[in-house]
Amino acid sequence: MTLFYVFAAIAVVASLLVIAQRNPIYSVLLLIASFGALSGLYVLLSAPFVAVIQIVVYAGAIMVLFLFVVMLLNAPHEETEADERRHVLLRSGALRFGAVLAFALAAELVWALSQGRDTGAFPGASVASVAAIGRTLFTDYAFPFEVTSILILVALVGAVVLAQRDHPLDRERP
Amino acid sequence: MPTLDHYLLLSAVLFAIGAAGVFVRRNLITILLSVEIMLNAVNLTFVAFGRALGTVDGQIIVFFVMTVAAAEAAVGLAIVIGLFRHRESLNPDSFAQLKW
Repeated sequence: MTLFYVFAAIAVVASLLVIAQRNPIYSVLLLIASFGALSGLYVLLSAPFVAVIQIVVYAGAIMVLFLFVVMLLNAPHEETEADERRHVLLRSGALRFGAVLAFALAAELVWALSQGRDTGAFPGASVASVAAIGRTLFTDYAFPFEVTSILILVALVGAVVLAQRDHPLDRERP
Repeated sequence: MPTLDHYLLLSAVLFAIGAAGVFVRRNLITILLSVEIMLNAVNLTFVAFGRALGTVDGQIIVFFVMTVAAAEAAVGLAIVIGLFRHRESLNPDSFAQLKW
């Protein structure tokens, strides 16, 4: 019970700080902390497989990619610093509209959830074994799993082509 | 014990934080990080519902969401690198034109 609130507080506070930081490196590191808390929540939900890949894939691989790009670009601070110093709700129209929209989204979601009946505690039985996940993944979800490999390959080639320095399309131009 | 409602509320709050980040921030990297926050909020919903229904399908969907998030991050960051080479800027307002 208390563990849930501890992890939830860490996740919410870290996520809030992610969007409050002006230095992207701090943002990335705080997001890793948030993912660690979410991983703890997955353990509480008796989903150890998801908890482990949350750490290994998300915090380990994807966030390191973000950190690598932040350090590669070496542009730590936002350029509109004068704009940044003012409060969110005092800025120009589009930003104010976006902030209001996000607040409205939060209010609507909380309202919609408060309307429902109490769902009660989780059922006692749970499927926690990685073997069960693997069996379902390679039988019922075999085709989506194979499509995933194509997706990763396309993303790999696409990232290499987009990020290369001497772009072939640029060279052909006069 | 925390119920399904607790997890759904937490997920809603995290999703709203991510959405606010996309709207409020003026830095392409932070905007991509906010998208990751939203993806994780949805992942939490999937796992919580899978736990409530007693099936593994929720966890398998999370597996696919993470794969798509990895592809999105790789391609998105490659585009960010390309944009930065052209304009020396990460402010999305610098890229308001369709041609350079």
